[in-house]
Amino acid sequence: MSEPLLIDLSKSGRKAYCYPPLDLPRGFEQALPDLPIELQRQKAARLPEVAELDVVRHFTRLSSLVHGVDNGMYPLGSCTMKYNPKLGEHIAAMEEFTQIHPLQDISTVQGCLSVMYNLLEDLSSITGMSWGTLQPCAGAHGEYTGLKMIRSYFLKRGETERTKVLIPVSAHGTNPASASVVGFEVVEVKSNKEGLVDIDDLASKLDHTVAALMLTNPNTLGLFEKDIIKISEMVHKAGGLLYYDGANMNAIMGMATPGDMGFDVIHLNLHKTFSTPHGGGGPGSGPVMVNDRLRPFLPKPDIELTDSGYVYRWDDEDSIGKVSMFWGNFLVVLRAYVYILRMGSEGIKAASRHAVLNANYLAAKLGQRISIPYGKLCMHEFVASASVLKEQYGVTAQDVAKALIDEGYHPPTVYFPHLVDEALMFEPTESESVESLDRFVEAFFRILDMAEDDPETLKEAPHRTPVGRLDEVRAVKEPDVRY
Amino acid sequence: MSTILENLRYSQDHEWVRIEAQKAYVGITDHAQSELGEIVYVELPPVGERYEQGEEISTVESVKAASAIINPIEGVVSEVNEELDGSPELINEDCWANHLYVLSPFEQSQYDGLLSSDEYAAYLSSL
Amino acid sequence: MIYPYIPHTDADRRAMLKAIGVESIDELFSGLGADLLLEDSIPISHGRTEDEVQRMINSIAQRNVRGIPFLGCGCYDHITPATVKALSSLPSFVTAYTPYQAEMSQGLLQAIYEFQSMICEITGLDVANASLYDGANAAVEAASLMLAAKRKSRVVLVSETIHPFALKVLTTWALGTEHTITLVPQQGGIADFEVLPSLLSDEVAGLIVQTPNCYGLLEDYTGIADLLHANGSLLAISADPLSLAIQKSQAEWGADIAIGDTQALGLPLAFGGPSCGYMAVRQALLRRMPGRVVGATVDKEGRRGYTLTFQAREQHIKRERATSNICSNQALAALMTTIHLSSLGWGGMVEAAEQSYAKAHYLAYHLAQLPGVTLVWDKPFWCEFPLVFNDAKKMRKFLQELRNEGIFAGVRLSSLTRKNSDELVLLVAVTEKRSREELELYLAAARRVLK
Repeated sequence: MSEPLLIDLSKSGRKAYCYPPLDLPRGFEQALPDLPIELQRQKAARLPEVAELDVVRHFTRLSSLVHGVDNGMYPLGSCTMKYNPKLGEHIAAMEEFTQIHPLQDISTVQGCLSVMYNLLEDLSSITGMSWGTLQPCAGAHGEYTGLKMIRSYFLKRGETERTKVLIPVSAHGTNPASASVVGFEVVEVKSNKEGLVDIDDLASKLDHTVAALMLTNPNTLGLFEKDIIKISEMVHKAGGLLYYDGANMNAIMGMATPGDMGFDVIHLNLHKTFSTPHGGGGPGSGPVMVNDRLRPFLPKPDIELTDSGYVYRWDDEDSIGKVSMFWGNFLVVLRAYVYILRMGSEGIKAASRHAVLNANYLAAKLGQRISIPYGKLCMHEFVASASVLKEQYGVTAQDVAKALIDEGYHPPTVYFPHLVDEALMFEPTESESVESLDRFVEAFFRILDMAEDDPETLKEAPHRTPVGRLDEVRAVKEPDVRY
Repeated sequence: MSTILENLRYSQDHEWVRIEAQKAYVGITDHAQSELGEIVYVELPPVGERYEQGEEISTVESVKAASAIINPIEGVVSEVNEELDGSPELINEDCWANHLYVLSPFEQSQYDGLLSSDEYAAYLSSL
Repeated sequence: MIYPYIPHTDADRRAMLKAIGVESIDELFSGLGADLLLEDSIPISHGRTEDEVQRMINSIAQRNVRGIPFLGCGCYDHITPATVKALSSLPSFVTAYTPYQAEMSQGLLQAIYEFQSMICEITGLDVANASLYDGANAAVEAASLMLAAKRKSRVVLVSETIHPFALKVLTTWALGTEHTITLVPQQGGIADFEVLPSLLSDEVAGLIVQTPNCYGLLEDYTGIADLLHANGSLLAISADPLSLAIQKSQAEWGADIAIGDTQALGLPLAFGGPSCGYMAVRQALLRRMPGRVVGATVDKEGRRGYTLTFQAREQHIKRERATSNICSNQALAALMTTIHLSSLGWGGMVEAAEQSYAKAHYLAYHLAQLPGVTLVWDKPFWCEFPLVFNDAKKMRKFLQELRNEGIFAGVRLSSLTRKNSDELVLLVAVTEKRSREELELYLAAARRVLK
């Protein structure tokens, strides 16, 4: 099945929408001059001219060609594709929120500000930090904001020589990219045999030129950095700060806090840990939470609760300024707030406990037939390796991933982290039932059988999708990026 | 095992340099092209610009990787291999016959300081 | 308490722990160590049922006051067809991740391809990306792109008339880096290009301007692109994309980069977010563009399909050398814009833009007749204009009286710039959505206050 471009269904004169007629006095309309000719647009844009039902069918069909969490299990490692509660969608569609302008008088937006303020309080408790900002629109945007604050902190202290950020090789690509955007030099830290930070390597790189160490904990292998307190002492002793990438926060909510681990700044991904939908790649939200040391550097405006209600604070001299046009992705923030209200203290903790239970159960089952090179137990995710399949049958992680699509599953993350050959990174989340996990294991084992019996068919997977594997070389060499 | 040509000079960033009629031809080595896989794009530097030694001058891309070309010796870009614009795969086919760009004038002393073919071979086996 | 989002029964937990070979869930967390494991529960409230949450949110929502918004400054109340909400809420669009697995994401990829195409058509430029966070961040990305495109450049010129918040975001971006932002001053409410030649140097990567600008005024960029290009620099024009239905497109001004925010095309006010940044560039700059790009190609059997492409630019491959750190963008918001534009067509876009123009001019014309306020600058505008009051007390009274009538009369410029000199300036925005009755209500109240 394929769906034509809507522009190809266009027929001149067809309309999917009508505006009410302009009802200004006729005399005024006639006297109203056009824009000066030198400012007028010359060339019309080619947009679809179709009927309303054409639009409805087009996008409904397109949606049927997309797999979301609502369609089936989505064990994409490090992405926390948990269930997105319908209550959140319902509340985020309320006109009392969607029809509020960001620049209304502050007395008329107390509801929105109360949501933001209370969410910041809850996130402070969950992370063990003192306060934060909701302006960043995504995880990488949060990294940028947090690192910018670190930069300003050292500039303020006159420590201009602190230009390096240490990042483990296993880190997500946004970590080095964000550090680079902020103007830091990236230095990689090695991993040891267990897949954890190599303490000796770290020690050899810590000096007066290091601004921060960025860590994900548990790391991208799903392993908890058990020496985290020692690591944090080492970094602080060298005068550096500790940055927590909250991509894997779903492993520890209610069980431990980054604050207790010694982190100075952390970004969260509300679209991962706090169940707001990913929307096909956004909008997300990447709040940044800090301890007292970095609090003065938070973006403006801060929200404060006074006797006369919530107010904006614009007067923080050390603030890095602004990172978003307005106050951040408010409707995403609202959904996360609803999730926390719903789950409460015990529920948040239960979510992490069951995320870890599910990951270990899945690892125990899959581990019967595929290698999981690092760790006996894992946290909320684990990384398997298809390297044996590749040696024996020429079947790669990519082939296994594509075959899972035929089984109706979204594949795990593949080829990441780079520490593991032919990596398959699974994160089932707490949302899946034991039956759902068992069915997934059966499907996975069918694929392993196929690798043995019929590797050639497997290498051509997927077979049941509207298109097969696409020619990515052609996509680059003969660019077709617009109609 | 990747091939190495004698009589060329090499950088540790896997570029080769060949001098011909007072011009320095710069390309990437067999090792570099095989690491990248199928090359889909080569960004060619602007003609007439002077680049320093060690400066990032161009990028060679495959679908899943991108490799920076680090200018091995200082010089002025006098011509670029425009054939690569439409057919970047030429580098995969023969990386020695398909240079990326030409420097003229260039810094002879820096050329002399590059690795010989033996030294480059030793460097590769140390990786 | 039972959590409907966690399906495990006691029996499930027992069986699963047995399969793992541990006694308890706590054992799975033993690696955290006693020092880190929390003894008490985190100090947030207890869980609530769905109904309890809804009631609580209802009471919070009541603390928001709605009015008839004549508010703009980067966020506008336009008419949105019902198709936008209905179709963008389809669950597989909402709950999918970034379309890395092309075979099971064709619908999303095609929708993004259509979005890119529409942005190209509207801006007149060659290639567009799949979206950026918002208009301000699009300006940041444009600045980064310019610097990367010109060797040894360091300076980005920015017009003083871009949105004050976008300028703040750019200033934050430059903070602590080797990049410098140099302001092109304003004269009479628009960028003053007389001084531009004196600001140009080898270090200048390019210029960022905005039209309609922060006062709602339309700027004339005749000759600007040539001036920059002669200096080896680039021109980026930020524009409300709906305004481009009637005013010159970025390409028609000769710009290299088109940026802005698609909020006016199908996105609700939503207290300012999510909105959706856009960027389109000339073909030659494709590889320097940040963010995701979808391309069409074929599978082995020759069937047309869509995939993320030019990924070698991006952070997951290039890491610290990537064109940008952006990963998640505003995909669902971009989808809303795509549905909006699909419903409107070009005719609808022009209609909305022209009606906004007419209604804004109607209100401006009649307000200008009243004592105590002036339309200071005799410059063309589209749907928003600056109204300047004679004194601050009068302005406060005006805003209060109109609010009593249920009208949000405008945005005080000083609330954006925090400058005393902007104290008396009110920015009034009028879209096609404002009915004649609402305009007359505004005028009647204004006449009462300003008589």
